[in-house]
Amino acid sequence: MAMLTMAKALNDGLRAAMERDPRVLVMGEDVGRLGGVFRVTDGLQKDFGEQRVLDTPLAESGIIGTAVGLAIRGFRPVCEIQFDGFVFPGYDQIVSQLAKLHYRSQGKVPMPVVVRIPFGGGIGAVEHHSESPEALFAHVAGLKVVACSNPVDAYWMIQQAIACDDPVIFFEPKRRYWEKAEVDPAAEPGPLFTSRVVRPGRTLTLAGYGSVLKTLLEAATAAEADGHELEVIDLRTVSPLDLGPVAESVRRTGRLVVVAEAPPESSVASEVAARIQQECFHSLEAPVLRVTGFDTPYPPSKCEEDYLPDLDRVLDAVDRSLAW
Amino acid sequence: MSVPQSWTPPTSMDGGPARSREQVVAGLKGTDEGGPDLVQLLTPEGERRSDPRFDDYGADVDVEVLQDLYRDMVLVRRFDREGNALQRQGQLGIWVPLLGQEAAQVGAGRAMAPGDMAFPSYREHGIAWCRGVDPTELLGIFRGTDHGSWDPKATGFHLYTIVIGNQCLNATGYAMGQRFDGRVGNPDPADNEATICFFGDGATSQGDVHEGFVWAAVADAPVVFYCQNNQWAISEPLERQTRVPLYQRARGYGFPGIRVDGNDVLACRAVTRWALDECRSGNGPVLIEAFTYRMDAHTTSDDPSRYRLASELELWKLKDPIERVRVNLVREHGVGKGFFDEVQAESDALAARFREFCESMPAPPPDRIFSRVYAEGSPQLDAQRAEFLAYHASFADAGVA
Repeated sequence: MAMLTMAKALNDGLRAAMERDPRVLVMGEDVGRLGGVFRVTDGLQKDFGEQRVLDTPLAESGIIGTAVGLAIRGFRPVCEIQFDGFVFPGYDQIVSQLAKLHYRSQGKVPMPVVVRIPFGGGIGAVEHHSESPEALFAHVAGLKVVACSNPVDAYWMIQQAIACDDPVIFFEPKRRYWEKAEVDPAAEPGPLFTSRVVRPGRTLTLAGYGSVLKTLLEAATAAEADGHELEVIDLRTVSPLDLGPVAESVRRTGRLVVVAEAPPESSVASEVAARIQQECFHSLEAPVLRVTGFDTPYPPSKCEEDYLPDLDRVLDAVDRSLAW
Repeated sequence: MSVPQSWTPPTSMDGGPARSREQVVAGLKGTDEGGPDLVQLLTPEGERRSDPRFDDYGADVDVEVLQDLYRDMVLVRRFDREGNALQRQGQLGIWVPLLGQEAAQVGAGRAMAPGDMAFPSYREHGIAWCRGVDPTELLGIFRGTDHGSWDPKATGFHLYTIVIGNQCLNATGYAMGQRFDGRVGNPDPADNEATICFFGDGATSQGDVHEGFVWAAVADAPVVFYCQNNQWAISEPLERQTRVPLYQRARGYGFPGIRVDGNDVLACRAVTRWALDECRSGNGPVLIEAFTYRMDAHTTSDDPSRYRLASELELWKLKDPIERVRVNLVREHGVGKGFFDEVQAESDALAARFREFCESMPAPPPDRIFSRVYAEGSPQLDAQRAEFLAYHASFADAGVA
């Protein structure tokens, strides 16, 4: 057992995966000598060498495109995209090659590649450093997309993503990199592509992924004072979505609020809402509500406290749902 | 204090006087000559030429090798023409002709060793042929029954890449892997491998090609970038893509660039053998510009009469890649009619087999849609598939299927 930040938990997870499988490579901008701008890969190059921890040229299409070639050769690359807003030069390779090669080859060319992307806002950054582009990847067949929310999940999910034979886009909520928790490397993790009830309740269901989980748990605690027992679900995987636990919960509570930082239109939150109303139509006591960012570009950081779903906006949605 | 000088055109490669803008464009267009730096070992008139830089790599070319190369090119051209015909007759949705590029492809393809890996674009039927991919395996892509059916690992021939330039990065990554696996620079050449990446003149404008060049250079990747400059990217001539001859770009990335007569199978073979050897011994990457001409349309959906003159094609017909080998075989080696008749008969048999296979290809079943999207499956997709199959089955129940 050790008290770890999420960044350190990811670092330990990467290290464990690299020790387990010599074909695992870490590659990206500044991941070697510097250890990554968030220090997630700190010390890995020193211990595994420059051939397994590659400081790449500054070109995201190149990072993904060469990782695809390395995977064809039989390696298991873990790519780091430095910030969410910088993934788009690599989007072509992700969509056109990484996602499609297994299907194109009908299984002859698997793509066991992980693309790590620090995502979301709340760190007072300049433009392109605070975005939530997960829906753009969830919409692409052939990719799997996950988001961790805490150090324990981060430690296990990164190892499971690396062991997965499908390409996995791995979103890390950057404003939670420094949150701490006890991580037990001897524990048995649950499966990767599953959602999980992290706090039971019976009044209303709150579901989200990534950074907002902390907010949802705070909302559940705050609502307790008003006599409301909110059930909190960490979706963990956004493609494929694992909505079984959400549907089971909503059949009991009759109410669902979905929370995410991303803009609402055509979002993961919208997909959850659509499918839950389809599956739980007769159980719903209120429409499924979404608490999200807005359909704007990410605003200047002095506005981000109002842009990001916070405790008050979540509780406001809870009140609206309960009052329906 | 110095004043910024206005830009002056680059001097030519041999250090001669600066060319005018018009001269630069004329040199690029070069539909009737590839420039002074063109490597050529067999002239359009069928005469062998010496090039001290590459003679060693063509020294093994005897009459048998020549006959094999001739046979390869005739067979490739024959099934390529059959592909065009099959499209016109409605058997294929589209065909991508390689007419005119047989030497560029057979030369490069026959330069490869079995352990090498090729990353094609979508016109590389001649490379496929040389890698032992049966031509019928190409048909599914163009008939719409699959996206590529051959085994890239077993054949050393990756699946066709349709997004222009993507494969330059994939090839570079693969070549990096060859280096990581210790397959470069070993004392025994048999332990070494290289990668070769095929793309066209249009692709050189893509960022992925640039990034591939950068990456390969800084990673010392054993990859040959093989650009078939066929002068046209659909309707856009070379001067829409570049201001300098393409092979000269390599210099800016820090590796050698060579322009070869892409209609000369001996030159393409010798230069590619040299380039692959360079890569295997750790001196990669290398850029080869095979200077050739797309004698047919971009695809069967294209109409070149809208953008280029028929007279241009007539000029290139004089430099036909197959005819010059035939002339050489007859004049220099006294090869008789029997050989040519034999190859003709073989090519007709191949075309017939190609056609017969195409016409009998079954449509895939509807649930092919869901086949192998993921290596480890997806419950969500399983549910969609089940729902889709139940929908289909409902017609059977109603007796209307």
